Amino acid sequence: MGSITPPGPAQLRRFRLRPGRRRPVIMAVLLAAFLATFLIDWAVTLPAVGATSAPTASASASTAPATGQPCTVSPTNGCIQGTITDSDRKSVEGVAVDVTGPDGFAQTATTSDTGRWSVSVTTAGSYTVAVDQDTLPKGQYLTNAADAKRTVTASLNANVGQIFQLSDQQGVVTNDDATSVTPQRAWQQFASGIRLGLLIALASVGLSLIYGTTGLSSFSHGEQVTLGGLLAYLFANQLGWNIWLTGIVVTLLCAATGYLQDAAIWRPLRRRRISLTQLMIVTIGLSIAAQYAFQYFFGASTVRIQQGNPETIRFAGVTLTVQSYVAMAIALVVLVATGLFLAKTRFGRATRAVSDNPALASASGIDVDRVIRFVWTLAAGLAGLSGVMLGLVLNGVNWQTGLQLLLLMFASVTLGGLGTAYGALVGSMIIGIVVELTNLVLPGDFKYATALVILILILLFRPQGIFGRAERIG
Amino acid sequence: MDYILNLLSSLTQEALAPTTAAFALAAIGLNVHFGLTGLINMGQAAFLLLGAYGFAISITNGLPFVMAVLVALLVAIVFAIILGIPTLRLRGDYLAIVTISGAEIIRMVGRSSLLTTTTGGSNGITGSSYRDPFNALSPLPDGTTTILWFTYSNNGVNGWWIRIAAWGLVALFTLVLFLLMRSPWGRVLKAIREDEDAVRSLGKNVYSYKMQALVFGGALGALAGIIYVLPSSVQPDAMGRSMTFFIWTALILGGAATVFGPVLGAVLFFVVRLFIRTLAGDFIPDSIMNAQQAEQFSYVLVGVALMLLIVFRPQGLLGNKKELTFSV
Amino acid sequence: MSETYAHPKSDPILTVDTVTRHFGGMTAVDVDHLEVQRGSITALIGPNGAGKTTFFNLLTGFDKPSAGAVTRFDGATLQKTSATHIANRGMVRTFQLTKALSRLTVMQNMLLGARDQPGENFFAALVKPVWAKREREITAKAEELLARFKLDTKADDYAGSLSGGQRKLLEMARALMSDPTMIMLDEPMAGVNPALTQSLLGHIQSLRDDGMTVLFVEHDMHMVRHISDWVVVMAEGKVVAEGPADTVMDDRAVIDAYLGAHHDTDLGDDSLLTEETYEELAEEVAEEDEQEATR
Repeated sequence: MGSITPPGPAQLRRFRLRPGRRRPVIMAVLLAAFLATFLIDWAVTLPAVGATSAPTASASASTAPATGQPCTVSPTNGCIQGTITDSDRKSVEGVAVDVTGPDGFAQTATTSDTGRWSVSVTTAGSYTVAVDQDTLPKGQYLTNAADAKRTVTASLNANVGQIFQLSDQQGVVTNDDATSVTPQRAWQQFASGIRLGLLIALASVGLSLIYGTTGLSSFSHGEQVTLGGLLAYLFANQLGWNIWLTGIVVTLLCAATGYLQDAAIWRPLRRRRISLTQLMIVTIGLSIAAQYAFQYFFGASTVRIQQGNPETIRFAGVTLTVQSYVAMAIALVVLVATGLFLAKTRFGRATRAVSDNPALASASGIDVDRVIRFVWTLAAGLAGLSGVMLGLVLNGVNWQTGLQLLLLMFASVTLGGLGTAYGALVGSMIIGIVVELTNLVLPGDFKYATALVILILILLFRPQGIFGRAERIG
Repeated sequence: MDYILNLLSSLTQEALAPTTAAFALAAIGLNVHFGLTGLINMGQAAFLLLGAYGFAISITNGLPFVMAVLVALLVAIVFAIILGIPTLRLRGDYLAIVTISGAEIIRMVGRSSLLTTTTGGSNGITGSSYRDPFNALSPLPDGTTTILWFTYSNNGVNGWWIRIAAWGLVALFTLVLFLLMRSPWGRVLKAIREDEDAVRSLGKNVYSYKMQALVFGGALGALAGIIYVLPSSVQPDAMGRSMTFFIWTALILGGAATVFGPVLGAVLFFVVRLFIRTLAGDFIPDSIMNAQQAEQFSYVLVGVALMLLIVFRPQGLLGNKKELTFSV
Repeated sequence: MSETYAHPKSDPILTVDTVTRHFGGMTAVDVDHLEVQRGSITALIGPNGAGKTTFFNLLTGFDKPSAGAVTRFDGATLQKTSATHIANRGMVRTFQLTKALSRLTVMQNMLLGARDQPGENFFAALVKPVWAKREREITAKAEELLARFKLDTKADDYAGSLSGGQRKLLEMARALMSDPTMIMLDEPMAGVNPALTQSLLGHIQSLRDDGMTVLFVEHDMHMVRHISDWVVVMAEGKVVAEGPADTVMDDRAVIDAYLGAHHDTDLGDDSLLTEETYEELAEEVAEEDEQEATR
């Protein structure tokens, strides 16, 4: 590991803030900047109340006229209705569904922001329900071309439902069974897996380091990711900023939240010698508060960071959006940079030392509090960056995005070894690839189940993970 | 004056609602896990959901009432064992991670379109399909009864019978917990909560005891789930992580490791939340905060309240500070 | 193994074979064979890092040996060597950092130590009459033991309110609740004020007088000399010497292990630096240099 020489007095002075003077000012500035983002959002959404970004029922009124109120059955009419969900199980808005039937019946319904469409029919009989593929969002396709048109029997005073499940690969738009495992699909899923793995790795590294240096399993880390995505939506979508500028600003803002959290919450609690169990429950409370604050400010529906349809590029037999490639490249660069930082710089080595053995590191003269403050800042910043890119790549982000990712993050970190940064990276890659490959054989909902199965298997056979040490676990 | 009377009336009705009873029962189960044994179960909602599914699906498939309840309990027990086997020999964090993940999976699988024929997918299972056998058991005559200012139908969807059954179960299991806590079994669990190695050195099988606690608390969760869905419907999206966190808040608020803490906490949780929502709804104009936002705001307060509680008063309202200083 | 064992016991209550424990590349414990005489007080001593605490943990089941170790206790070979099983067989241990359960009362601590309490079964616990009688029995026994250790007045206090020394006594008393055959003490004198030492020594001797076998790990030589019947010395993971206290203390190997080669020379006394001594030292240095060169 190399020697970890404590910084000499001159350098200490350079790093350490003079207490009582500069620190509160910096904190105040960061806090003001953070609050300003919420004020901006409030100011932006207030005049737009009733428009598509508000969470209330008015959303359905703003889409195509044929939906209006959802259809309700009565003795004189029946309903044909359904939901359209995309490859990530999120509702898809604005897809047109053509319904044709007896007596020249022809009506088009459009999905609302909850992905639902409905058509009222007054005659019982056989109807054809067809999804207009031109209205599908870019990057989403029907899993089976033959599926585009379905025949249903409608009757009065009854509902007939049809669910259309989309996927993000164009690979199999033939009459083949959409769940067949072709090498083509496997390769595509593998690439998606690498993408997912890299993006999760950004967030997992932070989670692992927080655990390593403080012993805390942070259940609010998912919300750090969501924060990045939602702030990116605010700047890029609502305020129209350039996406690169957005990415940088959002990452810095999220890093600031990490800094503030440690300054205002975690460090004071450590000083009070609050137990780890209590701290874990504090992160749970923080998670609830954050999720509902997100819902409060940003609404309950999925929002997209960039308007317009992303282009796709076909490279080495794999079709992914431009944003995906860019995101993967950025993630890789950042991860490598973080790895180099931890391995080569003095502060990075100090971080690894604290992560390995805080008591010993402190006894060697390392300022553990400073390291922990840095870890929180870095972790939150990386998570925010991850959120921005995941939001771009997964076609939207909502208040629950982080919550769903937390499961994958914990699986990755446990697989790799709690407390190790390299472990988080390796674990994330494995989990990402396995999760996406599961898509070949099981529908979208079940892919997270594989992550759980892996988690359980690891805990049964090698609880310290790949790189972890056995002494930390029991 | 009228306003205050109306407010009080709605608050007390909320306190007696079957949902509150369900939460109280779920909190008692969590109390067995965390208050008594120190297990950190972050997936209690999954036990409720599994109990609800087990019960509802059994009834819709023609099983008699008692069998359906047993099926619900069995499903929850199996789930507890599956989660417990890999994690109970390890540190507490791992159980937390696995339960949180497991709960999310159960919810996702339940709402998955693949299982729509069994679980109703994201629409869930409507109450009318499983409610009748329960109402058939009611000894009350049909009609409406008014006691004080509470007026409900006797055997309706959300009437006196379900309330009696629900709170009856809460009372029963509060008594059971009381007995268990004063028994040698409870003593072993309390010791395990503090120091497992000490208990091992005295020849007790720590792993087995922890598993028993996990299973028992989970079974209570399953019963709570049945009560929760009887007046309404089985909706997987309503029984996710948020529900787990609310149960935790109720437990910590009332006082973990106390007999009445879970009940008091559940009642207070709902009453206070409704209080905030009503006030916000009535006194804050819609342009600043509409009804939906008021609800979200109340949840934000729940999160903050939990954070403050666990730091400044971890023993809750009824707890004994000496007994509940966390050592880990 | 036992053929080359230098100190076979007439009536060993505990016999262990090939106990090894590796940490990464380092060997912490490597004991070929050891026997403990029934009804004796045996001390396990050695310098820091000798592996005695690790060995102690291996014996009591709180650590798993790296390779196949064989343990025979009280006439039977132990198949399962987890802490719980060993405790149930009659080998009970205490801890260096006392594990008196602070959030339980003293009496509850004691009752926890008892065995065969049907109330510890979940279903039986709900039916008080099933376990009430046994509870009365073990409460009476607890009161007796508490009186013996002078803790009876504290029976209803939280164990957390006891002083350090009282907690040591509580732990010892609690260990006795299960009528063990062998009691293993992990540094019983650690952190105990001198006033309490005599009293603790007296209690340990009375354990032996009651027929129990006692094994303890200690650093305190006075205690070792004073009460042990047999001393086992470990160094660098191996047993280097065994015997009665006096003989063992004079063993060259033991002295070297503890103190290094020049223990009887006062290196701080200038008057000893005579010409003679200088020459001797110079010769020694030259010898060592030669050895270095030829290695």
